[in-house]
Amino acid sequence: MIPQPQVRHDQAPVTESDLLLQVRDLRTYFRLDEGMLKAVDGISFNVYRNRVLGMVGESGCGKSVTAQSILQIVPKPGVVQGEMLWHRDGQTVDIGGLDPESEEMRAIRGNEIAMIFQEPMTAFSPVHTVGNQLMEAYFVHGKLDEAEARARAVELLDLVGIPAADRRVDEYTFQLSGGMRQRAMIAMAMMNRPRMLIADEPTTALDVTIQAQILRLIRRLQAETGAAVLFISHNLGAVANLANDVAVMYRGKIVEFGTVRQVLKNPQHPYTVALLQSIPGFGYRRGDRLQSIRGSVGVPIDPPDECPFRGRCDRFDPALCGGSMPASVEVEPGHQVACVLYEARS
Amino acid sequence: MTNERPSGHEQQKPLLEITNLKKYFPIEKGLLRRVVGYVRAVDDVSLSVYRGKTMGLVGESGSGKTTLAHCVLRAYDLTEGEIIFRPGDQEYRLNELEAKELRQVRPHMQMIFQDPYSSLDPRKTVYDIVSEPLRLNGATRDAALDQRVRDLLEAVGLDYRHMKRYPHAFSGGQRQRVGIARALALNPALIVCDEPVSALDVSVQAQILNLLSDLQAQLNLTYLFIAHNLRVIQHICDDVAVMYVGKLMERARTDDLFRNPRHPYTEALLSAIPIPDPDRPLPEQGLEGELPDPANPPPGCYFHPRCRYAQAICQVEAPPWLETEPQHFSRCHFARELPLQGSI
Repeated sequence: MIPQPQVRHDQAPVTESDLLLQVRDLRTYFRLDEGMLKAVDGISFNVYRNRVLGMVGESGCGKSVTAQSILQIVPKPGVVQGEMLWHRDGQTVDIGGLDPESEEMRAIRGNEIAMIFQEPMTAFSPVHTVGNQLMEAYFVHGKLDEAEARARAVELLDLVGIPAADRRVDEYTFQLSGGMRQRAMIAMAMMNRPRMLIADEPTTALDVTIQAQILRLIRRLQAETGAAVLFISHNLGAVANLANDVAVMYRGKIVEFGTVRQVLKNPQHPYTVALLQSIPGFGYRRGDRLQSIRGSVGVPIDPPDECPFRGRCDRFDPALCGGSMPASVEVEPGHQVACVLYEARS
Repeated sequence: MTNERPSGHEQQKPLLEITNLKKYFPIEKGLLRRVVGYVRAVDDVSLSVYRGKTMGLVGESGSGKTTLAHCVLRAYDLTEGEIIFRPGDQEYRLNELEAKELRQVRPHMQMIFQDPYSSLDPRKTVYDIVSEPLRLNGATRDAALDQRVRDLLEAVGLDYRHMKRYPHAFSGGQRQRVGIARALALNPALIVCDEPVSALDVSVQAQILNLLSDLQAQLNLTYLFIAHNLRVIQHICDDVAVMYVGKLMERARTDDLFRNPRHPYTEALLSAIPIPDPDRPLPEQGLEGELPDPANPPPGCYFHPRCRYAQAICQVEAPPWLETEPQHFSRCHFARELPLQGSI
């Protein structure tokens, strides 16, 4: 199968009018008996219409909590601080300042910003039909015409590639295969024509063939609707296929940010470099030792003010890395790295 | 199918020799549990695994990889076929053994599981978990056992001072190391690794793959390695067998399979792997559809409804197992002539 050349627009200039969500200094902390768990610790990024922002990093780096924070569905005892400016039709709302239970937040959640979860089996109710769950997404946002809701559900199931959608709409989710359930979940997220879609590891539980189908589907829907997508994944291959921009998270912080080309083809932070090198297959010969990252992410409970990666970093230098968390430095236009190696140079 | 030659070990008999293995699960219906059909989970598979080598098994979920492995371990009784296992100097016909004899063979074959969270008993300490196979086989709790557990933990890169801790105190990668230490406890000849790294982050996955390679070199271990991640397979396996709805579709040395796949299904699997390079996107057209129902597979070649090269013959006639070049087999009518793309 010959790869088709594709138009990618990660180099296209982004305009101010496409700015949809501005996250500024987001902090999501959980007060535990053991101390303060800083799951997300002061991250800032922008989400633009018609662009896909990929968020990568190992489990426990705060990717999912970031998504939960945007939707204000952080489990207790999590507390979300920081600004999340949501721009729509000339208005600006600070999601960070909204009560999670408020009318206003409900009008955004699942409507203007929709989410695709990792495990479609647990995200669906087993006792309602697929159609009823899709229609529910429609009704809770005040749209009441039942015939219209059903028609939209069938239309979307068809759009996401579920065969015989008019029949499947009356089936239960356990009657669908894993790939079909993930398609149904995407259809549900699209019910209200969201401006932004958050996809949290949407392909992790799937076979590689089905994963490729779902990646193609998200790419197509994104191009057709012009929605913004926040694509969370630990699979750098999936991110390379979907994202225009990439944020690399480590222990609650964004350690590198840039276009997908900048980050994946010219990685600067030692963590990004190490992540890319630990993928088997590319540039490795069979039997070679893989470059791994020693240790594991760990839990950031009362983390000291220092580079979070220093304990696992191959380029750790006690003379340089002893200080506080390095500031983000722009190494080329749009490409930011939070590492003392670059801080020292500038 | 029985005259397959080993890869580079012409003189040696295989450690594990599977011949025409079938495992059918009956489908029962009604009050009287009448058998109305069979799920052909493993359907006439022959495969040899040589000592010190790694045989990879790939395929989508439901292709029968795990059932095949469970047949080897005799967790299931076979429907048909033969499995010969040759640890040390003995030779066992696993398909014929009764429970009592199986107990003598089982120490030679161990398993590493996918999920390091659910495969370790949360109420046992790491010491108990790792020493359990030894104690079940007659070891007593003494200084020698302590030493053995220490050695095992050290071999897998764990700090033996943590052996009185419970699994919840360990990360996913460390738990997988505990599972490996336990599998090594009885000096097995064969280890069945069922998706051992698919639940792990890529950085930790690399640690575990390196550990498995090191242990194989040190202990001359043989792995039957099940994975759906072809990059992992490519990295660690000497030979690969591709399964689809219970049948082998292709078998070859790893490098041959990736460079020159001879089955359209293998090509489709290879092209579906997303590459972490924005300049090498997934093809616009990929493998559509899903695995057919193994209780009711399509006629002819099982893969024909999803195959982009399918011809009329594929819908009616099951393809033969062709040797396209030495050591390279494919179950496709057009295995010799299709212009298939590999992936390096």
